[in-house]
Amino acid sequence: MAISGRVIKVGDNISTDHIIPGRYFHLRSDLEKLSEHALEDVVENFHEKAKGGVILVGGSNFGIGSSREHAPIVLKMSGVKAVVAKSFARIFFRNAINIGLPVIIVDTTRIFDGDDIIIDLEKGVLMEKRDSYKLNFPPLDIRIQSIINEGGIVDYIKKHSDISFEM
Amino acid sequence: MVQKIFEMKTESDVNPGMMIIVPVDLVYVQDGTGPLSFRQFEKLGKDSLAFPENTAIFLDHAAPSPRKELSNDHVYLRSMSSKLGCRLYDVGQGVCHQIAIESLVRPYDIVVGADSHTCTGGALGAFATGMGSTDIAVAMGLGKNWFRVPESILIKLVGKMPKYITGKDVIISIVKHFGSNGASYQALEFVGDIENIPIHDRLTISNMAIECGAKVGIFPSDEITREFLEKNNRFEDFKELSPDPDAEYVDKLDIKLDEIEPMVSVPHYVHTARRAKNLKDVKINQVFLGSCTNGRLEDLRMAAKILKGKTVAKGVRLIVVPASKKVYLDALKEGIIETFVDSGACIMAPGCGPCVGVHEGILGDNEVALATSNRNFHGRMGNPDSYIYLSSPLTAAASAITGYITDPREFDI
Repeated sequence: MAISGRVIKVGDNISTDHIIPGRYFHLRSDLEKLSEHALEDVVENFHEKAKGGVILVGGSNFGIGSSREHAPIVLKMSGVKAVVAKSFARIFFRNAINIGLPVIIVDTTRIFDGDDIIIDLEKGVLMEKRDSYKLNFPPLDIRIQSIINEGGIVDYIKKHSDISFEM
Repeated sequence: MVQKIFEMKTESDVNPGMMIIVPVDLVYVQDGTGPLSFRQFEKLGKDSLAFPENTAIFLDHAAPSPRKELSNDHVYLRSMSSKLGCRLYDVGQGVCHQIAIESLVRPYDIVVGADSHTCTGGALGAFATGMGSTDIAVAMGLGKNWFRVPESILIKLVGKMPKYITGKDVIISIVKHFGSNGASYQALEFVGDIENIPIHDRLTISNMAIECGAKVGIFPSDEITREFLEKNNRFEDFKELSPDPDAEYVDKLDIKLDEIEPMVSVPHYVHTARRAKNLKDVKINQVFLGSCTNGRLEDLRMAAKILKGKTVAKGVRLIVVPASKKVYLDALKEGIIETFVDSGACIMAPGCGPCVGVHEGILGDNEVALATSNRNFHGRMGNPDSYIYLSSPLTAAASAITGYITDPREFDI
């Protein structure tokens, strides 16, 4: 599976309170409206900038904080095709997989805002379109990749009628 | 201990790093994550819950609701409870984790909740962890979920907490040590002189395990656990749990309890923490006493000891939120609520209060809050242009009186 897009770069320790601020708590059942405010305290007009498909690149500890699944959801709804970071907070990582949003762990120091990159999830390669850099990362466990490929765990369960990892 | 719990549930050998599927004993949602959980559950195509009597809905984040959108979420959740037969704890009953440990969580239970502070249950010797709404929908519908077995980090608590030092000061010190990601995916297992750690301090410590990225923060189940369960009319739920002497750990940490000082997390992260005595120039506008971290009877009682006969500083709001109806009633009977009201505090209905920025004390521009809750991320209490510090109930009470962050050891209790 290959994913390509333009990079929006953010820093370390982006929290779930950054991704969906508490003052929009009441919009949690209106995901369209909620996603309009995604990351707005970190990247001005993020929702507009992400339209058309972007790759969100962070530093360490992306997604720290709450278990709110709305965090990866509003990113995906805003147009984020994948999130790349040096490290992820555990619950965010799992939630992203469950909703079919690819998450990639790799050293992001050399990736800059505005870069055009291509990611091969199976092979574990991330490269800049004009070849100025190429990064390898350990591909996700094949069972987790299959959940992402199905579009998330709900679709996986509907197709396979259960969670069992007999592959 | 984590391995022991999984081995009991799967009846086979279990090692860290393995991906296993286990049945779940208790699953719950709150009103922020519940609606999405049930919508995902409906998408799964199941028409009934796996274990309705072990599934619970808590209306605590908006309690009572300040906006019609949230009220409509409550209407939806109540209808789900009627339709599917799961437990419902309505507005005013209290915070999900507090009610869960009072009435539902048992040692050895596998508990999953759609709230990151579900790890609170670890204080009772349960494997309790927070997950997202869809994971919870899977647990509700299938009665099981997949887990990666975490490695365990042994945290040996040595000695005794001095007077004025609480579980909150201990856990802030631990989170400071690990950083916000240092224990990611791992289980914190607390051992040592734990006969010196009362249940309310264990609950505070387990509650904040997630703040260093841990999957669970688990205490052995011992006489203190038994006493707590008996007090809550659940003596039959007791089961002893302790780690084997030859258990393996990926890291070990010794915490000398008698060296801990009153600690305060400073904006905008939990792990950025300093001693309260070094923050006495920080002027505060609001103090929040409550939350699943420190909203228990013991927390209110210790704060009341400092506040008795004194008044809150001019210009400071003190917002007090008992964590459950039981806590509120007990505090009323002990005269604690009267002490708070006399001092100038606002007493709110049991629930999450101002913790998540939904209601009951949103901060103004440039305002500073000192809270006994568990998270101070940028904008958390409803205004990105504000600052949140975290502390123990004693530090919070002392600071409410002076109007500045104050080491509680400056007061006689």
